[in-house]
Amino acid sequence: MSATSTPAHDQPVAEKNYLNAQHTVRSWLLTGDHKRIAVLYLVSVTIFFIVGSFLAGLIRLELMSPSGTMLESETYNKVFTAHGVVMIFFFLIPAIPAVFGNFFIPIVIGARDLAFPRLNLASWYLYVFSGILAVIALCSGGIDTAWTFYPPYSSMYSNSQVTLVIVAAFINGFSSIFTAINIIATIHKMRAPGMTWFRLPLMAWSSYATSVVVILGTPVVAITLLLVLMERAFKLPIFSPELGGDPVLFQHLFWFYSHPAVYIMILPAFGIQSELIANFARKRIFGYHFVAFSSLAIAGLGFVVWGHHMFVSSQSMYESTVFSLLTYLVAVPSAIKIFNWTATLYKGNIRLHAPMYYALSFIGLFTIGGLTGLYLANMGTDIHLTNTYFIVAHFHYVMVGGALTGFLGGLHYWWPKMFGRLYSDTAAKITAIIVFCGFNLTFFPQFIMGYMGMPRRYHYYYFAPEYQIYHILSSLGASLLGVGLILPAIYLTHSLIKGEKASANPWGAHGLEWTIPSPPPTENFTEIPIVTDEVYDFDPVAEHEANLAGKEIELPSESEQPTKVDEPTEAGKE
Amino acid sequence: MAAASHNIEPTPVHHQFEDIEQQNETYVVGMWTFLVTEIMFFGALFLVFTLYRWNYQLDFYKAHEHLDVKLGAINTTILLFSSFSMVLGVHFAQLQDRMKVLASLGLTVACAMAFLVIKGFEYASKFENQLYPGLGFTNNVEHVGGANLDHAQLFYGLYFAMTGLHAVHIIGGIITIGILMFLWLKKAPSVTKDYIPTEMVGLYWHFVDLVWIFLFPLFYLMPKPH
Repeated sequence: MSATSTPAHDQPVAEKNYLNAQHTVRSWLLTGDHKRIAVLYLVSVTIFFIVGSFLAGLIRLELMSPSGTMLESETYNKVFTAHGVVMIFFFLIPAIPAVFGNFFIPIVIGARDLAFPRLNLASWYLYVFSGILAVIALCSGGIDTAWTFYPPYSSMYSNSQVTLVIVAAFINGFSSIFTAINIIATIHKMRAPGMTWFRLPLMAWSSYATSVVVILGTPVVAITLLLVLMERAFKLPIFSPELGGDPVLFQHLFWFYSHPAVYIMILPAFGIQSELIANFARKRIFGYHFVAFSSLAIAGLGFVVWGHHMFVSSQSMYESTVFSLLTYLVAVPSAIKIFNWTATLYKGNIRLHAPMYYALSFIGLFTIGGLTGLYLANMGTDIHLTNTYFIVAHFHYVMVGGALTGFLGGLHYWWPKMFGRLYSDTAAKITAIIVFCGFNLTFFPQFIMGYMGMPRRYHYYYFAPEYQIYHILSSLGASLLGVGLILPAIYLTHSLIKGEKASANPWGAHGLEWTIPSPPPTENFTEIPIVTDEVYDFDPVAEHEANLAGKEIELPSESEQPTKVDEPTEAGKE
Repeated sequence: MAAASHNIEPTPVHHQFEDIEQQNETYVVGMWTFLVTEIMFFGALFLVFTLYRWNYQLDFYKAHEHLDVKLGAINTTILLFSSFSMVLGVHFAQLQDRMKVLASLGLTVACAMAFLVIKGFEYASKFENQLYPGLGFTNNVEHVGGANLDHAQLFYGLYFAMTGLHAVHIIGGIITIGILMFLWLKKAPSVTKDYIPTEMVGLYWHFVDLVWIFLFPLFYLMPKPH
C-alpha cells in the first residue's frame, strides 16, 4: 500500500509508544491514557457489534419465510428489541466519540491527553458495567418492549427484564455524558498555541457538536427512564393512564433525547467524512465555516424536531405541523455538508485508497437515507409509512450507511496511526465494495416493501406472501453484508501481526496526528506544537503541478523528511 | 475533580496541562458542563411537574396542604446558610487559611445533615398517613384534603421523586465535601496550593441549594387556584 519507508530517526526500534510503554493487564485496566482507553473502547464496541449483528441475522433468517416458523412471536419481539438496544446504546452512540474521539481529539488539537483522564476511565467502566447488565438481562429472558420502552406496556405489563435493561441504559447514559464533558473541556481549553477555533479539524467541530447534544439530551432520557423504573417498581404514577398519568408525555420526553440521539450517532461520522474527503481529494475542504457551523446547526435543530415521532400518537395537528416544518429545516445543514463534500471532490487530486471508498459510499448512502427522511417529515406520507419497512430502511440507511460506514472509514484511515501497522489496501477495497453492495441489497428492497405496506416488527406475513421476494433479497444482502463485516476483522487482525510497519504519515495526510510517530508515544508530543495554518492547508498549485507531472509531493508537515507519497496506481501492491 | 489525589511532586499541575492556569480554566469549564447536565436532569422533572400541576390545579392544591410549610421553610433557611458557609470556605481557601476552611466546610456538612434529618421527619409523617405512592396509597380522602385520589397520588409521586432525587444530591454533596475536607486535613497540595478544587465543590453545592430554592415554592407555597 505504502511506498513510504520508515526513516530511522523517526521511529527508532527501541522507542516507547503507548502500546509498549507498559505490558501488564493492570497497566491497561487502570490507565489514564486516552489512547489506551480508546483501544479498550474499540475492543468492547466490537464485541457488542458482533452480538448485535448476530441478532440481526436471526431477524433476517426468520423473515425468509412468510409463515414465521423459526421464532415464536415473543422470541422475535425479544430478538429485535435486543438488536435495537445493543446496536444503539452499545455500538452506535459510543462507537465514534469514544473510540476515535477519545484517541484523536487530544492529538488533533495538540494536547497531551483529555482534560480528565480518570473521568475518561470511569466512563469506560460504566460502559462495561452497563453492558454486562444488558447481557445478563438478555440471557435471563430478554426484553420485549422494543428499544423505545413505551409505557404503559413497559411499566405495567411486560414480564420481561425491563428493569435490568433500563438500569443498563441509565448507566450507559452517564458513560457517554462523561466522555462528552471531557471532549468539551478539552476542545475549549487545551488547544495548542495557534490552534484557533477555525483551524480545528472538522472532526473536532463535529465531536464538539455531538458532545453538546449528549450533555443536553442524555440527562432527560435518564430521568425519564428512572421514572418508568419507579413506576414499575413502586407504582409511582407518572406515565400510566390507569394511574392518572400521560403515556404521550413519556414519548415526548423520550424522543426529546432519542431524536437528537440519531445526531449523536451521525455527527461524529460527518466529522470523519470531512477528514477523509479533504485528505484524499488533497484539497482544502470547500466552505470550511459552513461545514463547521452546519454541525452546530444540526445539533441545535435536532432538539426541536422530536414531535415527528408522534404524528400518529394523539398529538394535535398544529403541533404536528410545526414539527413537520422544523424537520424539513434539518435537511438544510445536512445538505450543506453533502454539497460541500461533493464540491471538495471537484477538481481534487483524488487518491482512491480504502478509506476513500468508504467516504464515497457514505455520500451516496447518506443522501438516500436523508432524502427518504423527508417523506417521513411530511405528515401525509408519514401516516401511510408509519410502522412499515420504509422506516426501517430509512434509519438503517442513516445509521448503517452513515454511522457504520463512517466508523469503518475512520478505522481504515487511522488504523496505521493507532497500531503502527499497514493492512492490505486491496483486501480493504474489496471489502468496502462488498459492504456497499451487501448493504444496498439488504435495505433497498425494504423501501419498496415498506412503501407497499409491509409492517415492521411482524415475524410472519403469511397474509401477504408477495413480500417474500423482497425479504429473501434483503436476507441475501444481509449475508453479503455479514461477509463484508467479517473480512476487516481478519485482515486488520492479520496486519497487527504481519503487517508492514507504518510510517508517521502513510497517506500524506494533513493534521497534527500525522506529525507524530505511529503508534504515538504516551505523551503524544515531545514538545507541544505551534500551529501556524489551518489543518487543510493543501497548496492547490503544488498539488496540481505534482499531479500533472506524476511526481512525488513534498509534504509541508514533514518537510524535513524525504517522504514519498504513494501514487494511486501503486495502491495495494502488497 | 475534587477527589484529585495528591501528587508526589509539590506542584499540583497534572501531566496533561501546560500550567496551573490552563488546568484551572479546564476544571471550571468541565464543572459548568457537568452542571448543565444536572440542570437538564432536574429540568425534565420540573417539566413533568408543571404539566400535571397545570392539568390538575385544584387537586394539587388540596394535596399540597398536607405538606409542612414550617419544616420546609426551616430547611430552606438551613440550606441557604450552608451556601453561605460554603462561600466562606472558598474565601478561606483563597487565603490558604486551612483551619478556617475546615471549620466552614464542617459547618456546611453539618447543615446538610440537619437538612436530611428534618426531611426524614417530613417523609415519616407522610408514611404515617400512607401518602407514599403505590398500591398502599391511602384510601382516605381526608388525608389528601379532599383531592381526587389518583391526582393526589400523582402529586405525592412527583414530591417523592423530586425531593428524593434532591436528597440523593445532598448525600452526594456530603460525600464530596467530605473528600475535600479529608484532602485539606492531609494538607494535600492539590487543594491547599490551589483554591479551584474547593471552588468547584462549592459550585456543585450551590447548584444543589438552588434546586431546593425552586422545589420549596413549587411544592409548599402553592397559591389557591381560582
